[in-house]
Amino acid sequence: MSVRRIDPHAERARRNRLHPRHHEFARPAWRWTSADGVTRVNPHALGAIGPNGVKRIDRSGASVEANPAAASTSAEPARRQIVLDQPLGHVVVVPELPEGRLNDHDRDLFGLARQLADGHDLAVTAVTFLGGVAGFEEAGADRVVDLSARAGSGYDPVSRLAALVDVEAGLAPRHWIFADSLPDGGDLGRRLAARLSNQGVNHSAGGARPATRVWQLSEGKTLSRAGDRQDILRDVARVLLALPECAEPVSETLHEARPIDLEALAETPRQAEVTTAAAGMVDRGRVAVDPQEIPLAQAPFILSAGRGVSDWEGYHHAARVLGASEGASRVAVDDGYMPRPRQVGATGTFVTASCYVAVGISGAVQHLQGIAKCQRVIAINNDPSCDMVKRADLALIADGDAVLAAVCRRLGQPREQTGSDGSWTDEESRHAAA
Amino acid sequence: MPQPEPRDTAKMPQRVKTAALVSSGRHPVSGRAGRAREDARAVEMGLSLVGADLSLAHAGDPEQASLRESLQGYLGMYHGLDDDRDGQLSLLPLGEGGDAVPLLAAWLERSGVRLALTGQRAECGEGSGMVGYLLAERLGWAIATGVAAIEHCDGERVTVLQALPQGQRRRLEVRLPCLIAVDAVAEAPRQSAFGPARRGRIDIVDDLLPPDESPLDADSADWHWQPARARPKRLKVVKSTNARDRFKAAAAKSSASGGQVLTDLSPEEAAEKLIDYLRAEKILAQDDQ
Repeated sequence: MSVRRIDPHAERARRNRLHPRHHEFARPAWRWTSADGVTRVNPHALGAIGPNGVKRIDRSGASVEANPAAASTSAEPARRQIVLDQPLGHVVVVPELPEGRLNDHDRDLFGLARQLADGHDLAVTAVTFLGGVAGFEEAGADRVVDLSARAGSGYDPVSRLAALVDVEAGLAPRHWIFADSLPDGGDLGRRLAARLSNQGVNHSAGGARPATRVWQLSEGKTLSRAGDRQDILRDVARVLLALPECAEPVSETLHEARPIDLEALAETPRQAEVTTAAAGMVDRGRVAVDPQEIPLAQAPFILSAGRGVSDWEGYHHAARVLGASEGASRVAVDDGYMPRPRQVGATGTFVTASCYVAVGISGAVQHLQGIAKCQRVIAINNDPSCDMVKRADLALIADGDAVLAAVCRRLGQPREQTGSDGSWTDEESRHAAA
Repeated sequence: MPQPEPRDTAKMPQRVKTAALVSSGRHPVSGRAGRAREDARAVEMGLSLVGADLSLAHAGDPEQASLRESLQGYLGMYHGLDDDRDGQLSLLPLGEGGDAVPLLAAWLERSGVRLALTGQRAECGEGSGMVGYLLAERLGWAIATGVAAIEHCDGERVTVLQALPQGQRRRLEVRLPCLIAVDAVAEAPRQSAFGPARRGRIDIVDDLLPPDESPLDADSADWHWQPARARPKRLKVVKSTNARDRFKAAAAKSSASGGQVLTDLSPEEAAEKLIDYLRAEKILAQDDQ
């Protein structure tokens, strides 16, 4: 940063309006730094004449954004590139990669690994069982070991464990870090820890027992949550199974994520592949679960209805066709169309769906609180100005009943309109009119 | 939640020797000793599988005052079965700072158990959830974790449903002998009744290991135990050089904005947009015609 130089002659000329060269130095700016370093503001020079002839001071920052130099500084500060050529050892992170992406928990694990690695010339090495995952540079991995050839697509912890044992033989990492979430990372980490402690691996750093549910690392010790409202403060174990938010994710540095070829490292021939028959566990695939049986708080896909829905049979049919769990706003529940356990919102259930479709719900504050953790929200509503449309990632301004019926037709399962059903509706409408 | 229908209704044609490894639990609010929640679900699963043939095992200190209360909670679950035999629990004596794994491994080997059920993690003590894995590694058994239901069990293999996040299930076939860690979404345990709890037998089995081999847990000697602290809430830190951006981020409303708003749609067009979006986000299958 350059030092700001003040020309005392120019300052004097600027302060003295009678100076012959005053006009050369007079500042049009509304803010300047005086000779003694204090920021001065001239409120009379500030603002602009608005459309109705009144002078307005714009504090919204629009004028700041108009300035291209200021706009460039407002972006995220650039990350420092870190290159580590000859690491003394490795801290291995096994991220979970749900849906093939790094999630927040994975980034926290890398942050924890960086705390262990920085200052000791250790490399943070990511071990993945999926090919083509992006984002390891930003997450903080110096090296990447791709084991996608060793593990199948299904649930196969035994062959994954065999691959990890090979990594152990090749790299001899100082620490292993897993996500403590069952049945994925926590399962694999515990299997590896049991294998290592059974093999009697020399435990220079902290012992062979894993530290589970680690939530903090401070001053060379880890805090892990035990049962019965206790914490255990212990030396950093060789295998760490960490909870979400165990460390701050990497945000200031960029790492190289250089691929490591494990074949070149392996001096001894690899152990015989464990066949699945010998391994004793066969994955028979996902089971179709009735979406109505999933607890609403866990359901991944919710079709939710509010006052804008009048054709309730069509709505239930659409939920069946789409394979969605049913939710409802408070109004729909109060009117008796949906049972109380289906109510979404602060007064009902807080949902965590990855996709939430709101049909005819305008979005009361309590309802929006209930769907705050949903990743994608789709609104189908007649009113383009309602709060749900503002919240939604995709808003379709149309009639909810008609859209749901059209969806069922497009998916090839239109609802059969029986004669008796229609006459019942007529009868009901006559009652409503009377 | 109810599980999907089991494929075979005839659950177990030939009885596989089954045991449940139980731990002492603590009520989450009152702190009173009792059944551990996941272990109770494991016992329930075993009772519905083999009835009163299920045997129980616990490694702990017999001198401890509240232990009997905890263990009787499990023995009190032996009711409502086809036969009215009482429960039987093997108590493996374990001193302070002892290692339960060699004892349990010796007990499992001696009693000829081929299917062991347990919870995923103990509620008292370290609660690391490692006992099952260490046992499986030592005995060479398979282990399945997060099991929500046992669908079918014959003499060779057991078919289980594994609980996944977001209420999903996965079907696994596991070779016997195996160890099954039961998830908290498994079927709720039956109530513990007083009579069966009183009648149930607790046998102390103390000749499992040679006396010179003292199973001591050396690793945990230098741990420091402290009351659990509340985990700090993560603050949203805005990395910006400019005060205005930091202020905007601090004052911003939480609701997301900038979504796509499509107006003037016929219902057919809206349905098409909706289906395209759901397919792009992989919520609907592509070949769903």
